[in-house]
Amino acid sequence: MKSTQEHLQKIREYASGLDRSLTFMEVCGTHTMAAFRTGLRSLLPSNVNLVSGPGCPVCVTVDQYIDEAMALAAKPDVIVATFGDMVRVPGTGGSLQQARSQGADVRVVYSPSDALDLARKCPDRDVVFLGVGFETTAPAVAWTVKCAAEENIDNYSVLGAHKRVLPAMQALVQDGEVNLDGFMCPGHVSVIIGSQAYEPLARQQGMPCVVTGFEAFDMAEGLGMLLQQVREGRTEAENQYTRAVTPEGNPAAKSMLDEVFRHDDVAWRGLGTIPDSGLSIRDEYARCDARRRWPDLDLPERREEQGCRCGEVLRGLRSPDACPLFGKACTPSNPVGPCMVSTEGTCAAHYHYGGAQDAVSVQSASASQAERGSAG
Amino acid sequence: MCLATPAEVVEVEGMQATVDVHGTRREVNVAFLDDVQVGDYVLLHAGFAIRKWTAEDVAAYEEIMKDL
Ligand code: SF4
Repeated sequence: MKSTQEHLQKIREYASGLDRSLTFMEVCGTHTMAAFRTGLRSLLPSNVNLVSGPGCPVCVTVDQYIDEAMALAAKPDVIVATFGDMVRVPGTGGSLQQARSQGADVRVVYSPSDALDLARKCPDRDVVFLGVGFETTAPAVAWTVKCAAEENIDNYSVLGAHKRVLPAMQALVQDGEVNLDGFMCPGHVSVIIGSQAYEPLARQQGMPCVVTGFEAFDMAEGLGMLLQQVREGRTEAENQYTRAVTPEGNPAAKSMLDEVFRHDDVAWRGLGTIPDSGLSIRDEYARCDARRRWPDLDLPERREEQGCRCGEVLRGLRSPDACPLFGKACTPSNPVGPCMVSTEGTCAAHYHYGGAQDAVSVQSASASQAERGSAG
Repeated sequence: MCLATPAEVVEVEGMQATVDVHGTRREVNVAFLDDVQVGDYVLLHAGFAIRKWTAEDVAAYEEIMKDL
């Protein structure tokens, strides 16, 4: 096995032979954090850029979803159960944390099955789980829905915002606004969907793809594999993270997804509506769908964006440091947008680890690529 | 939410298992894996085991962690 240092050396060698800069995108909040935490970002040659894409599930969730969750939390008979990251995301009328301080029953759970247990324990209340997450999380939520249906637990439902990563990656490439030379594909989403899932992106859309793990070693090796593809003119779906990811993924989890959810056109923050990118609850499980249980939620009128650039950050077009609010009006303790709230958010990562130099490199990379035209 | 560390299965009862991660015990759901046995290593996400590690996978992980 090669060492991290050897992989970094390979990256430097490849990069020194390039006549242009390359930009790769990771689409996973854990990669965003790991790139900073491990120091990998600062070790990359100046003409190799790693930008973050729409890989933080909380960040890509639209404001209207928070508004729906707030409207449900306002109902006296409802308990809202959620992963911790969601409670601080500001919607039109504030955050769930604020709602909780005003008496709403909002509980943070570690697993969707904890939310289902809560419904079992509180038969007189309606437990609504906030189903936010990509294909790694969605099978677990699907399992709770199926279980609730089978056991006739009729006080459990899911307010769904589950999304599929691949259609968003395809939409970014098709859109062409950000010029990319390849994707570092999300390791744990791929445990479920398998490394083969990226074949269309690699073969038909001409994007080098490498499924990559989360240690410094993995990310250095994954980037080296991406550079090698570019150098050899290949566009393939490769797998660096073979210790966890198989070509076909997890068949039981995939069939659980298919059983409970159908593909749907849904809105992403910053990316608009992407065909087939959402996972909506099938009619057979309508009873567990919070939107069908409460079809007439009283939602506040949408307000204008207040200067938050999360949309551009999520498309890889803007580094957080280039947002005028970054570190001033917007900090982790007083977040304006979701990218500053979530531990996986790009703005939070930049804030915690600093990265003024990244702002410069990302922008110059975009500029040089704009001149060059389309990605390789 | 995702632990990239292999978690060792110490007890299995139907779809529930108890795992050990660096000395901490957790209850996890193993509905997405076939035939989970005590002594297996699994990858966890949001309270669910989503992948069984083979002995080689665990060895590869340990090798990588040594390198850091
Ligand atoms: S720094 Fe804050 S306001 Fe600016 S893009 Fe990030 S989350 Fe939005």
